[in-house]
Amino acid sequence: MRLSQLEVGQSGIVKEFTDLEMSVKLMEMGCLPGEEVRVSRIAPLGDPIAIQVSGYQLSLRKREASTIILQ
Amino acid sequence: MDTDIKVALVGNPNTGKSTLFNVLTGLNQKIGNFPGVTVDKKTGICELRDGRNAQIIDLPGTYSLYPKSRDESIVFSVLADRSNPLKPDLVVVILDASNLKRNLLLYTQVADLKVPVIIALNMMDMAQKAEITIDVNAIANKLGVPVVPISARKGEGIDKLKEAIAFANKIPLQENTIDVDVLAPQLIATIGEELHIDNHYFALQLAHQHETLHFLTPEQSERIEELEKEFSFHSQKSQAAETIARYNFINDLLYDTVTKKETAQDQTISNRIDRVLTHKTFGFVLFLGILLFIFQSIFAWSAYPMKLIGDFFVWAQSSLHHVLPSGPLTSLLVDGVMGGLSGVMVFIPQIAILFGFISILEDTGYMSRVTFMMDRIMRKVGLNGKSVVPLIGGFACAVPSIMSTRNIENWKDRMITIMVTPLVTCSARLPVYTLLIALVVPSRNVWWIFNLQGLALTGMYLFSLVSAVTVAYVMKYILKSRERGYFIMELPVYRMPRWKNVGLTMYDRSKAFVLQAGKVIIAVSVILWVLASFAPGDRFKRIEQKYAQSQYTQHMNADDLHRAIASEKLENSYAGMLGHTIEPVIRPLGFDWKIGIALITSFAAREVFVGTMATIYSVDGDAEKMESVQQKMQTAKNPDGSPVFTAAVAFSLMMFYAFAMQCASTVAVVYRETKNWRWPAAQFAYMTVLAYVASFVTFHLLR
Repeated sequence: MRLSQLEVGQSGIVKEFTDLEMSVKLMEMGCLPGEEVRVSRIAPLGDPIAIQVSGYQLSLRKREASTIILQ
Repeated sequence: MDTDIKVALVGNPNTGKSTLFNVLTGLNQKIGNFPGVTVDKKTGICELRDGRNAQIIDLPGTYSLYPKSRDESIVFSVLADRSNPLKPDLVVVILDASNLKRNLLLYTQVADLKVPVIIALNMMDMAQKAEITIDVNAIANKLGVPVVPISARKGEGIDKLKEAIAFANKIPLQENTIDVDVLAPQLIATIGEELHIDNHYFALQLAHQHETLHFLTPEQSERIEELEKEFSFHSQKSQAAETIARYNFINDLLYDTVTKKETAQDQTISNRIDRVLTHKTFGFVLFLGILLFIFQSIFAWSAYPMKLIGDFFVWAQSSLHHVLPSGPLTSLLVDGVMGGLSGVMVFIPQIAILFGFISILEDTGYMSRVTFMMDRIMRKVGLNGKSVVPLIGGFACAVPSIMSTRNIENWKDRMITIMVTPLVTCSARLPVYTLLIALVVPSRNVWWIFNLQGLALTGMYLFSLVSAVTVAYVMKYILKSRERGYFIMELPVYRMPRWKNVGLTMYDRSKAFVLQAGKVIIAVSVILWVLASFAPGDRFKRIEQKYAQSQYTQHMNADDLHRAIASEKLENSYAGMLGHTIEPVIRPLGFDWKIGIALITSFAAREVFVGTMATIYSVDGDAEKMESVQQKMQTAKNPDGSPVFTAAVAFSLMMFYAFAMQCASTVAVVYRETKNWRWPAAQFAYMTVLAYVASFVTFHLLR
């Protein structure tokens, strides 16, 4: 299951990343393996999405969210 | 002012860093540039209790010492480079108490560089509201650094922070956070040995960042590259491992020092606001409404102060003409320099108002929601969600809009935004359009309510937006990006704007514009003044002699005579000669040499077109007298007796003004923002080519 496949309100635990470069940035932002992520909302046009992680809201494009694999 | 210690402010974006900076320094601020880069350097003086002065340096907000943008790369250079004149004696790391975990990552990196550091724990009030309890003393003990809880917005804890700055140690006392050596033991040891670096984390950072650091010699950088190959060092893997290690340390630290009540996140106020503001329909309607309001305000609120500034300069110029002896020197000072100065000053109201609004939008957190909503559309044409505001601001004036593109972190997106913003119909084009439309478009209604002239004007506005988006789309494929496009962005919680910050931003931006772009504008104005007020040989003298003859002095009143002289002088000046010279080039566009003069004189600012037309057709160029200019232009005849301003010529001219870069201020500000003459040059070139082609096509289609 990838983060990009979650619906609004669903959550999951980060397991691993498929893109090393993207993962470095995501982990710096507190989105790292073992962390719970929850989709807060999707932008009106379907992309990007906003997720709740490490106690704050982070927005990222669907393509970026698809590099995050959930447990 | 003498400074006793240098203090750098470091922290994540949206942590209240600039608020703290403003609270500490008040109006004792200076904006400069970090050497060699386009990043604004904000420094200020803070007086400490013991009478010493601390120089505070506000470093760009960043989530980590590994830079993702040019702004962020400054932070490491300033903190680590021992030869950097800005190298601080003390670093104050600002942490958002309501989001400690992510904020602490940056702290652990800074701490491991072993510079003296203290922590300012900001937004304590917010943390309390969110029912987060923080054992400040326990954190201070575990990290081995002073931790001062503050609330920068409310001004709480600031005295304690100043005290802590005054008492801070000159040597770093903090505990190590992670074991840096395990990440690349041999590489760190060898770099440390060869480059004489004691700090292991600094050595590791050099391995990561050596390609972009200015303080390394090319030899040093090459040597590091060799060593990396030798020890098969993989920068991204190492960064990933480091980040994980740091978060492990942070989780351990927070485990028994911070407790948080589990609250349902959906219930927070911010989330409820977001449900409306980023709603499928309301979101866009509201955004459109806000944009219209800003756009209207820039027009409406700036009209009066702009008129005041304009009137002041007219008054100052005419009274100086009275006081000073007439001659070329007075004319240079009054008409050239003062004229240029008024061209600079008149922009201040628009700049201040636009930046007032932008700073409110940013402060409240709404700007990142705009980006969030618009990203998908804007990405399609090579722009970014954040390009929306500069583009819309371009309807008022390209100058502040281009300055506002700094929010766009992605280099390519920012450059494209800068390149296309001047295409949007700015307020300086308005007088040109209204004059020309009134000239050739009949004022009658179609479909009952739509005035034909109004439709033509609206058409020009829409056309400009379409052309900006089209050019952006083309540039998307031309520009080579060095950075990978990210959209990993924090959506900060909504907050009330801090009015002091808003005011300071308005002041800062206006000042930066006057000081930096102003020089270029004045220089260009002086050159244009020289071209328009001098002529080869004794041409001017002969004109004056001609009009001194009795046939003129007796049959014309003083004003008419004066205008006739001015008109003929302009025709014979260098500018007039240039008009004649370029006539063969602009003939295919339907322009004669008189229009050529106007094109040249309005190079510095488009609205000068109307004034020049007035001078050429010898009428007063005041706004109220616009009708008389129009009449003169209407009756103007070519040598063969046909009217000069046909619909084809007028629309061709409008197309030219729609595309041509007739604005010295924009050129200057593009240079200021890009720090490279190639950008304004490329922009000038492509806009001129487009202008020529569009005019040519329009003229030949309508003829």
